[in-house]
Amino acid sequence: MRRLGNQSRGLIEVLHTVQETFGYLDEAALRYVAMSLRVPLSRAYGVATFYQFFTLKPGGQHTCVICTGTACYIKGAGQLLNSIEKEHGIRPGETTADGKVSLVTARCLGSCGLAPAVVYDNQVAGKVSAQALRDRLAQWTRHDS
Amino acid sequence: MTPDELEQISEDERAAREQGGHTINVCMAAGCMSCQSGAVKEALDKEIVRRGWEKGCRAKGVGCMGLCAAGPLVSTEKGTLYQHVTAEDAPDILDSLEGAAVQRIVCRTDVPFFQRQKKIVLENSGIVDPERMEDYIGFLGYGALLKVLSEMTPSEVVQEIVKSGLRGRGGAGYPTGLKWSTVAKAFGSQKYVICNADEGDPGAFMDRSVLESDPHRVIEGMLIAAYAVGANEGYIYVRAEYPLAIKRLRTAIRQAERAALLGTSICGTRFSFRLDLRLGAGAFVCGEETALIASVEGKRGTPRPRPPYPSQSGLFDAPTLINNVETYANIAPIIRNGGGWYSQIGAEKSKGTKVFALAGSIVNTGLVEVPMGITLREIVFEIGGGIPEGRHFKAVQTGGPSGGCLPAEALDMPVEYETLARAGSIMGSGGMIVMDESSCMVDVAKYFMDFCKTESCGKCVPCRVGTYQMKELLDRICSFKAVPADRAMLEELSDLLRNTSLCGLGQSAPNPVLSTLRYFEDEYLSHIERRQCPAGVCSRQQEDVA
Repeated sequence: MRRLGNQSRGLIEVLHTVQETFGYLDEAALRYVAMSLRVPLSRAYGVATFYQFFTLKPGGQHTCVICTGTACYIKGAGQLLNSIEKEHGIRPGETTADGKVSLVTARCLGSCGLAPAVVYDNQVAGKVSAQALRDRLAQWTRHDS
Repeated sequence: MTPDELEQISEDERAAREQGGHTINVCMAAGCMSCQSGAVKEALDKEIVRRGWEKGCRAKGVGCMGLCAAGPLVSTEKGTLYQHVTAEDAPDILDSLEGAAVQRIVCRTDVPFFQRQKKIVLENSGIVDPERMEDYIGFLGYGALLKVLSEMTPSEVVQEIVKSGLRGRGGAGYPTGLKWSTVAKAFGSQKYVICNADEGDPGAFMDRSVLESDPHRVIEGMLIAAYAVGANEGYIYVRAEYPLAIKRLRTAIRQAERAALLGTSICGTRFSFRLDLRLGAGAFVCGEETALIASVEGKRGTPRPRPPYPSQSGLFDAPTLINNVETYANIAPIIRNGGGWYSQIGAEKSKGTKVFALAGSIVNTGLVEVPMGITLREIVFEIGGGIPEGRHFKAVQTGGPSGGCLPAEALDMPVEYETLARAGSIMGSGGMIVMDESSCMVDVAKYFMDFCKTESCGKCVPCRVGTYQMKELLDRICSFKAVPADRAMLEELSDLLRNTSLCGLGQSAPNPVLSTLRYFEDEYLSHIERRQCPAGVCSRQQEDVA
């Protein structure tokens, strides 16, 4: 899995693989990757924090991605974010205290025809209203599944 | 694979197509996939098996058909297009193959949206199966590569591209032929070819669509480029946010490798080329070429000053050719039909066609390809179908966060690199977002400034600090706390950023602010002096906070 050449140039590729497998990058993983590829830990950490895609914290049980691309923005993605913050007290990048829901924003999902678009656990939903979003999140937080 | 074998596949595919039998094309690009087009195809497949029609009929997954607003889309070989198809429609569609079309879901194709387009880049989109190389070959695929390898010298290829007048489709519009000849002339035994598929502009999805619909065309374009400039290694740098495009590219590369169209001694010649994929990780600045190179090298994606340009010293300090997805997608048709043919299309200084992603407050959301020189009005009102729900056009935003907002007065302007630049916007990669009167232009400027602030890599001070300050100023204006001096400050900072930033991100970050200041000054004044937001957007946000 990591044998993409064992060269420092493969750092980003390796981090992608680690994140795909474990869900996030913890310190041990970063140390291991840096050592295997013979790059300073500072550089591995630098790369991991520079790119928005990598996360150093484990996510919640469910992930809710809200697209904040231009088309979604003018069709009300901002209101969606506000409503989540009001209801659950989390801002983009945060997870609810019970570890159930993580809120993430995306630059653009490229599904602008569906604006505003939201991804619930890898399932894209289009033309989402604040009410629909609230219902969905309520479902997640209420039940254990 | 030898040239004869390639020809053979092409013949076989064509024969299979003509031999009869029905083909139903189901759009399997991300837009339609997220409206469950996968289920539609499954239902069609099941229904075909149930009726025992496997011999004379098949459902084929194809790329984007353009009209994403009406997805999922299904088309039959008679040219009937169905919209908003659900799995329950499958039996009716199969019934219609021998009879009349299913009126209930038919989508009219005699409207300007389909009639006014000119497809070069997207000629195969919605027709070929992106996951089968043979299908692509059956539509003249890899024919241009064959022609180049057997009949042309590298310099002839470069000449052909120069003659076509093709300009970079990534936004800046640098002449492609010139770039190629610079890399071809550059000294060095090792050269690289990179495809920039880090489509970061929010609201732009042209490249994703091309990669999802016709990945082999991009690979063929890169192969021809590599042959022309003398490179033997290449990378496609694609956003990690596009899982489907990545999957299809991986498949396409594997197929091409197996057919020996990638690798050593391609088509029995001495030309060899190795192609690999590199994933981005969500950094907008990596669309800038030097930052992209740093990212491919496995570093933080920060730009560096140019010169030296990548064409002299790029990836691993070797001469590197970087072009955008759409640019590469134009190469094969140019070689096939000649540079002269291409230069006939489009406008005086901007040749060919351009793919635009129409989104926002517009009826026909989707992907369109139009000849350069067409007016914005034609794109928005004829092809795009105008503004929905009886609202009125206010502005069109082109070029993403580096572009600008153009008002109704600019609608009759032809779409060319120069005219757009003069109007304070840019061609950009082709995102086009239409806004109606319910959008506040100051709020839109704030949105883009926030984007640039977050995406600034932090290497140079004007961009890192400047975007932050400008965002703060716009925040003040939107929350009605600004004083008249803030406006002057905004202009001053814009000037500073434009002239002193290291890379394109910082230099163009003020564009949305400057263009809205230029065309929608009264909205700024209303916010500052009368403490009112004409569109009501900012007032509502204030209430939300309170």
